[in-house]
Amino acid sequence: MANRIRITVDGNEAAASVAHRLSEVIAIYPITPSSPMGEFSDEWSAKGQKNIWGTIPQVMEMQSESGAAGAVHGALQAGSLCTTFTASQGLLLMIPNMYKIAGELTPFAMHVTARTLATHALSIFGDHSDVMACRQTGFAMLCSNSVQEVHDLACIAHVATMRSRIPFLHFFDGFRTSHEVCKMEMLSDDDLRSLVSDDLVAEHRRRALSPDHPLLRGTAQNPDTFFQAREACNGFYDACPGIVEQVMDEFGKLTGRAYKLFDYVGDPKAERVIILMGSGAEAAEEAVQWMMSQGEKVGMIKVRLYRPFSVKHLIAAFPQTVKSIAVLDRTKEPGSHGEPLLLDVLGGLAQAAAAGISRFAVQPKVIGGRYALASKEFTPAMVKAVYDELAKANPRPQFTIGIMDDVTHLSLPYDTELDIEKDVFRAVFFGLGADGTVGANKNSIKIIGEETDNYAQGYFVYDSKKSGAITISHLRFGPKPIKSTYLIRQAQFVASHQFIFLDKYDVVSYAAPGAVLLLNSPYSPEETFSYLANEIQQEIIQKKLRMYVIDAYKVAREMGMGVRINTIMQTCFFAISGVLPREEAIEQIKKAIKKTYGRKGEEVVKKNFAAVDGTLANLHEAKVGTAATATRMLPPTVSDAAPDLVKRVTAKMIANKGDLLPVSAFPVDGTWPTGTTKWEKRNIAQDIPVWDPAICIQCNKCSMACPHAAIRAKVYDPASLNRAPATFKAVDYKATDFKGGKFTIQVAPEDCTGCGMCVTVCPVKDKVNPRHKSLDMAPQAPLLDAERKNFDFFLALPEVDRTKVKIDVKGSQLLQPLFEFSGACAGCGETPYVKLMSQMFGDRAIIANATGCSSIYGGNLPTTPYTTNKDGRGPAWCNSLFEDNAEFGLGMRLAIDKHNEQAKELMQLLSSQIGDTLVRELLNADQSTEAGLAAQRARVVALKQKLATINSPKARFLEMLVDYLVKKSVWILGGDGWAYDIGYGGLDHVLSTGRDVNILVMDTEVYSNTGGQQSKATPMGAAAKFASAGKRTHKKDLGLMAIAYGNVYVASVAFGAKDMQTVKAFQEAESYPGTSIIIAYSHCIAHGYDLALGTEQQKLAVETGYWPLYRYDPRRTVAGENPLQLDSGAPKGHIGQFVKNETRFRMVEQQNPENFKRLMDTAQAHIGSRYALYEQLAKVASGSNGGTGNKA
Amino acid sequence: MDLSTNYLGLRLANPLMPGASPLVDSIDTVKQLEDAGAGAIVMHSLFEEQIAGEQLGTIYQMEMYANSFAEAQSYFPDAKDFAMGPEQYLEHIRRIKQAVKIPVIASLNGTTLGGWIDYAKQIAQAGADALELNVYHVATDPVETSDQLEQRVLDVARNIRNSISIPLSVKLSPFFSSLPNLCCRLDDLKVDGLVLFNRFYQPDIDLELLEAVPKLALSDPSDLLLRLRWLAILSPHVQASLAVSGGVHSGTDAIKAIMTGASAVQMVSALLIHGPAHLGKVLAQMKEWMEQNEYSSVRLMQGSMSLSRCPDAHAFERANYMRVLQSWRTSPGASPAGV
Repeated sequence: MANRIRITVDGNEAAASVAHRLSEVIAIYPITPSSPMGEFSDEWSAKGQKNIWGTIPQVMEMQSESGAAGAVHGALQAGSLCTTFTASQGLLLMIPNMYKIAGELTPFAMHVTARTLATHALSIFGDHSDVMACRQTGFAMLCSNSVQEVHDLACIAHVATMRSRIPFLHFFDGFRTSHEVCKMEMLSDDDLRSLVSDDLVAEHRRRALSPDHPLLRGTAQNPDTFFQAREACNGFYDACPGIVEQVMDEFGKLTGRAYKLFDYVGDPKAERVIILMGSGAEAAEEAVQWMMSQGEKVGMIKVRLYRPFSVKHLIAAFPQTVKSIAVLDRTKEPGSHGEPLLLDVLGGLAQAAAAGISRFAVQPKVIGGRYALASKEFTPAMVKAVYDELAKANPRPQFTIGIMDDVTHLSLPYDTELDIEKDVFRAVFFGLGADGTVGANKNSIKIIGEETDNYAQGYFVYDSKKSGAITISHLRFGPKPIKSTYLIRQAQFVASHQFIFLDKYDVVSYAAPGAVLLLNSPYSPEETFSYLANEIQQEIIQKKLRMYVIDAYKVAREMGMGVRINTIMQTCFFAISGVLPREEAIEQIKKAIKKTYGRKGEEVVKKNFAAVDGTLANLHEAKVGTAATATRMLPPTVSDAAPDLVKRVTAKMIANKGDLLPVSAFPVDGTWPTGTTKWEKRNIAQDIPVWDPAICIQCNKCSMACPHAAIRAKVYDPASLNRAPATFKAVDYKATDFKGGKFTIQVAPEDCTGCGMCVTVCPVKDKVNPRHKSLDMAPQAPLLDAERKNFDFFLALPEVDRTKVKIDVKGSQLLQPLFEFSGACAGCGETPYVKLMSQMFGDRAIIANATGCSSIYGGNLPTTPYTTNKDGRGPAWCNSLFEDNAEFGLGMRLAIDKHNEQAKELMQLLSSQIGDTLVRELLNADQSTEAGLAAQRARVVALKQKLATINSPKARFLEMLVDYLVKKSVWILGGDGWAYDIGYGGLDHVLSTGRDVNILVMDTEVYSNTGGQQSKATPMGAAAKFASAGKRTHKKDLGLMAIAYGNVYVASVAFGAKDMQTVKAFQEAESYPGTSIIIAYSHCIAHGYDLALGTEQQKLAVETGYWPLYRYDPRRTVAGENPLQLDSGAPKGHIGQFVKNETRFRMVEQQNPENFKRLMDTAQAHIGSRYALYEQLAKVASGSNGGTGNKA
Repeated sequence: MDLSTNYLGLRLANPLMPGASPLVDSIDTVKQLEDAGAGAIVMHSLFEEQIAGEQLGTIYQMEMYANSFAEAQSYFPDAKDFAMGPEQYLEHIRRIKQAVKIPVIASLNGTTLGGWIDYAKQIAQAGADALELNVYHVATDPVETSDQLEQRVLDVARNIRNSISIPLSVKLSPFFSSLPNLCCRLDDLKVDGLVLFNRFYQPDIDLELLEAVPKLALSDPSDLLLRLRWLAILSPHVQASLAVSGGVHSGTDAIKAIMTGASAVQMVSALLIHGPAHLGKVLAQMKEWMEQNEYSSVRLMQGSMSLSRCPDAHAFERANYMRVLQSWRTSPGASPAGV
């Protein structure tokens, strides 16, 4: 057993490695940051990896976390050894079953990446607010602080639950630990076997439900017995800490890694002690060691077994000398007199004193503080600040650390310059998501961790954008285990894999004096310095940095690597950082390339080898000037024209300096203004479209397809062109509706992502040179200045009169988009629908948005894409949860209808004072057209004026509600994960109500936001996570299920295939006075092809019958027509024409062509039978259909 | 009657075989071809573009968005063990070898010295009896000389020749300035066979969309004439065995090819049109003609009408070409056959 291997993995893999080997049934549901644990388990089971009992664990993806908990509960009752993985809201959904599992004393270990619960905002990051909500469930709670501990305590949790019968919730910090890559020793199967005896398995099996020895659980009990019966489990909880302690002791003997229920670190005579759990304890331990080296008597306690909370063990852990204690909680319990761990410690000390087991000379002072919510940094400097507070005669009883609270003044000050790291090589890399920087760094960590004696750690910071996203990699290497659970501030090596980052982020500030700076620069080694902004030049000179440059994109192009510069930059790192001898490093990189791509083909390996070799010839030390001579200063983050909040707050977040913002900078309730993406100006497109007005037919398809509202159409009065910039293009408007007007297609050069979809959909080719279309892509840089001015001018042109626009594809695109420049992927297939909705109804829309891609690009700070028109109207937006979005939107409808009803009631009561005519007009207004809406808005203005003259409480009340006399449009947005899976119960209920809400399901056929897990919308034969060999069942027919209600408007659309039908469906759905659902085909990066061709793929999807288009409009029955209209023809050709272009299908084919053929044959047959069914339905003579919508 | 022939050093029961095409993708069809009497099976091509392009493209698509967003480290199931090399093709070789007794000739299609060349060895290891290398290239670069282009063909052939010990044939296009010279140089490389000729996809124009649309029209017997000429010219000069590919639809077509010097006769279009059983019909037609004309073996006919033995050698030379054109002019009712 001594020969354990050392591996370099992240916390998720460390946990899953044990859980998979000690489980038989694993039921999961994806949720960040726990998803990889389920994915690893699925992958290992798919590959046939067995547990320690020689069988392959069964992995089942469920429809929600509550489903996973239910499945686990059932499997446990039937005698299986189970596990699950979750976090945050997912954990909350498991709580009801957790009570049951614990109440039934069921051995079970689950692994939780502790994550923030959504409150004023959602956060995917780490803190203990989720696990703290489970204290009362009866689960034991065990906390790990590092990747190695995750592996070890996962094992201890599985063993202890078997021995104690108490179910275990094993948790570790989301992201900081779950995603930190670290070198650790792996437990062997023999290790695990030696701790789990088969007798324990036998006992679990004996307790299982079986008709061969029937038992009954889950009774209902009455007041006479419940209480006593509930107390019957006490002995098990009393015994649990001792059992865990014993397992830890055995584990220590086996591995040499000793754990205690409460681990004390520090001076045996410490007077000041901090107590905490989680990854912060690692940083605290570093601080304690450093402070001890400075002669300070300090210590700390790491809480490992948090439940059952053993006061006896806690007291025993303290040095007798302790005088003051600070308890740090990584959670917030508003309204409480302290956070949970603080209260536990306080109560424990009091209990100990009462029981006479207190060991202290004097009863210590206890203070409590919150730290590191949502993965906020927690550094040794902050720990020191807490000790400093403890040293005061009257320390603050409650505090926060790590932020600046200038409102309630709870925060402790700390020394932001303090840096105690030594003996560790630190490197920071700034990369672009798409350039492969993180992947290369993970690879480098593996090389150093697994091929040398050094310890290695990597942590990766991402921004919230899905296109042009920046990544920052923090890598540490050193001879001792690395406990620094915080970001690097002073690195010996700093690399910027994109030259533009030097202007945008404080790249050079990460460099320690004398550090090496590596730049991917389009300029020569001699010139590069002169292209840096003056401030950067100064900092480089002052810090005496050595600068190396390489034109990595040029090398990548020459080596046939496209834009992938990962291998090149990785080679540079090894070549100049000196962490490994150069030759050895190169050999290791090549070995890693061979390992990664060996089975994928010699070509890829050769190209990467060539890139490695080509790099060294192109990497040069650059000349650093002796003085900062650049006249160019760093540009401001946002324009001076931006609103105050944007300049003061948003700009800081954009510049990666949000940590510096104090509490007072923020709204108290999570409310933010809309319309702020326009200030961000991300400039991420290499190429942007250029319009040729001479051949343009003014169809506006480009604008329709643009996912980012970055190409727009306008028709306007020729007189507006008076002060047009010289390069502004305008032509006569061709149609008759705005005869005499001028027309322009304009690109937003700094907001375009360069996806190219506009060019793909442009139907016009130059007759003389058909390669040239009315839109062609061209490099952005030379166009930037002129097009920026042109776009500003374009925005200033008056918007079209909505009442005069005919709503079709062309007309819809003349309307101002009120959703713009989101952070969605370049070429996103969802956002064109959202944008269209915002154009058609945005000025009166209220949106309920399910969690997922659309809530991230719709509402993830720093900026928000929903915006307003000149009247200040625009979509109001909120994200509640993932699972409840249909209900959430219905609630909005109920409120709006009630407001409307109440306004009408009050208006009628005040009718004589308001004027009967106005009231009658307001009550009977036809708001089915833009003209009708405009007229009603005018009436409301008149009403407001009138009300101002009426002196009565009713008039005041009515004033609050008058705007609800104008029709509001409720939109319920989400993806297929929500609509088909987790939210389906609620969605179904909302469909059944007949209330006037519009549901837009953006169907990417996979959980896109969490990384491509299968949903019930995933089609047969496509690979997805949890369906790596191709999904074996058909996509659920959500549309048909909705049609079954009879009174629901249902449309299936694909804008790339038939944009006209999409526009029509949106119009009909919104106007339908009942429940509407639009299921919108949305191409996605998870399909695996160049999304510039997304619309072409949509065409193929529709042509082959893969994605039929239809509209089911219950209103048609009134006219005796069949409500169902098929908008796409009979399937043509074979599904193969569609699937061959997408990686998600090709993967399955390449793994097993015969299996794939079978799946495709079945899928093809299904296409035929489904179309036949629809055709039949469309032919059925219309009859009673359950009635039309209910306009309540 | 002895229909056997020696092609690439392989003794075949008769010269007929399906040419490289998707025909043999189905094991059932392969068996039908064997039942119809095929002397060998030529598999569909593994393309350089497929090997290099698809690998790079697929990896690019899978890696492009990986590790760039906090909530998703990847968007596809883990692909560490997911093979994208020629495994599928190699597996198909193994399956065909198991299904039939006749020799199986694999086909590899490419023109540059890239990583794909390594697959020749794997194809040999998978059990292919021979390899047909298709150097399919359309010269579009005005800077590249004919000599450079030919050198590339030779380099690719040499690399593959050196990496495998199973017989190797090279399938050529007719578009070389001096085909005999190139073929002799290939001969010097110990290439075992030459296949005349590959047929290019011919782009058509979609007038509505103003797009070039690649099309591969099926061959017809008029395509055979070009091949007959070059078989006749080359067969006296090269050691390598020759195969015809393109334009053979009937027994007499096959006999003409054999007489001009072919050891093997590949058919694709006729089999696509009439089905695998058509090969049996062509074989029967061959036999019938041989019986009627008292040829007791294929070997007797082979090369009998080549440039060195043909009674009127000029017929294969330029004058002949001129006469044909004139004959077209004198027959206003006739229309050029085929594509």
